[in-house]
Amino acid sequence: MIAVVLLLALIGAWEAYAQLSGVEEILLPAPSAVLTALVEDRALLWSNFTVTASEMGLGMLVAVVLGLACAVSIHFSAVLRRALYPLLVGSQTIPIVLVAPLLVAWWGFGLVPKLAIVALVCFFPIVVPTLDALDRVDADLRKLMRTFGASRWQTFRMVEAPAALPGVLTGAKLSVAVAAIAAVLAELAGSDSGLGNLMLKAIPQFETARAFAAVLILSVFAVVLFWLLALVERRLLPWAHQPRGTVP
Amino acid sequence: MLTRIRAPGVARAEIQTELGSVSLSDVRKAFGARRRGSAAVTALDGVSLQAAPGEIVAVVGPSGCGKTTLLELVCGLIEPDAGTVDAAPAALMAQRDLLLPWRSAVDNAALALRVAGVGRARAREQAIELLHDFGLDGFGHAHPHELSGGMRQRVAFARTLLSGRTVLCLDEPFAALDALTRQEMQDWLAGALAIAPRTVVLVTHDVEEAIVLADRVVVLSPRPARVVATLDVGVARPRRRTDPALVALREHALQELRG
Repeated sequence: MIAVVLLLALIGAWEAYAQLSGVEEILLPAPSAVLTALVEDRALLWSNFTVTASEMGLGMLVAVVLGLACAVSIHFSAVLRRALYPLLVGSQTIPIVLVAPLLVAWWGFGLVPKLAIVALVCFFPIVVPTLDALDRVDADLRKLMRTFGASRWQTFRMVEAPAALPGVLTGAKLSVAVAAIAAVLAELAGSDSGLGNLMLKAIPQFETARAFAAVLILSVFAVVLFWLLALVERRLLPWAHQPRGTVP
Repeated sequence: MLTRIRAPGVARAEIQTELGSVSLSDVRKAFGARRRGSAAVTALDGVSLQAAPGEIVAVVGPSGCGKTTLLELVCGLIEPDAGTVDAAPAALMAQRDLLLPWRSAVDNAALALRVAGVGRARAREQAIELLHDFGLDGFGHAHPHELSGGMRQRVAFARTLLSGRTVLCLDEPFAALDALTRQEMQDWLAGALAIAPRTVVLVTHDVEEAIVLADRVVVLSPRPARVVATLDVGVARPRRRTDPALVALREHALQELRG
């Protein structure tokens, strides 16, 4: 509620400034101009949105699959932990801005280099909370499973994997926001469609309001994705959100 | 609470009638020296302990004297440095209930059965029956956070019983409960064990709990733990806490504990 009030106040101030200061629309379009662009260019925005949304969605999917595989193998093997963890951290220092054009040169203007970049950026925020949750499983629970004669795999399936699910969802939520940025960066490096591509073309065409509209769509999409994941979390893992009951 | 317990029929049918025994002789266990220069801590030093089939043996001792180590040895979770541990397969029940928060009471109780490869439906059926015997009717679908501490501990006990192990290692099972619930649970456990006998090694720092529940009480010294006294509790069950014989035994045990 307070977020809405704050947002409306900010938009109001922005509108007032844009209208009253006489700043040129190509430098700072008023919110009303952005809204107009949103309506007038809706077909153009929509077709480019579907491109970016699929880059984000598929890229995150790749990141989740690889990230879970990576977290689980590190969890099971001390050797892999020592071998992979430094590489993982190192992968986050790769300057995407430099690598993105290279990937485009290798794989062309299509979907593949975008998926690679989104996945590269989203991978880390998924691996770390998942691994963290796996590592923090109560040692006494593992002991309990051993007294029941459980195999390593049974302990993983019945205890560790469910316990790690909140970590996986936290990671997915973290990666939503960076996925949008990654998709736009990937498109700026070389593309023929997508919201990033649209922004890149809109500025030299003096269609600043359209570029702002594209940004708006992207932010709203990221917020909606985040909410959806939070909803899934509450539905799927109600136990992770309940306060632990105390003595009767 | 006693009146709510019926004979756990399914559990009894499932579990071999032959109860296991536990025998520790002259067991030594030390920990540590992980860092160079730090001395190893001797937890147990020449501890001998026997539990005949169906016997309830309580082990009391000051905090941190290695009681939990003793149970881990019995359960085969760790190996002794010296001496021998000879025990039938044992199930461990800890102070914390260790219920899985994402599983319902029934599925938590059925955990050991599922590990043993029993099908979901059959495992649930047995768990439901036992929870019914434990006065948890209508709570089968509740998740641990919806249950009281005493209820959770009963679910944990059902899970331990359904593991099919005839030796139970109870590690301060009621220490996390408030005093009133703790007494209720002690009476409840006495009743449950009267109906479904098991060989029990009960570790506690609550002398009264030991006297009320056990056939025999073993008193350990501070670390490194040695057996300083063994008291036979020859009082018929059901026992009343106020029984003069029990009160006298409690005083005796406390004296031994204080050294």
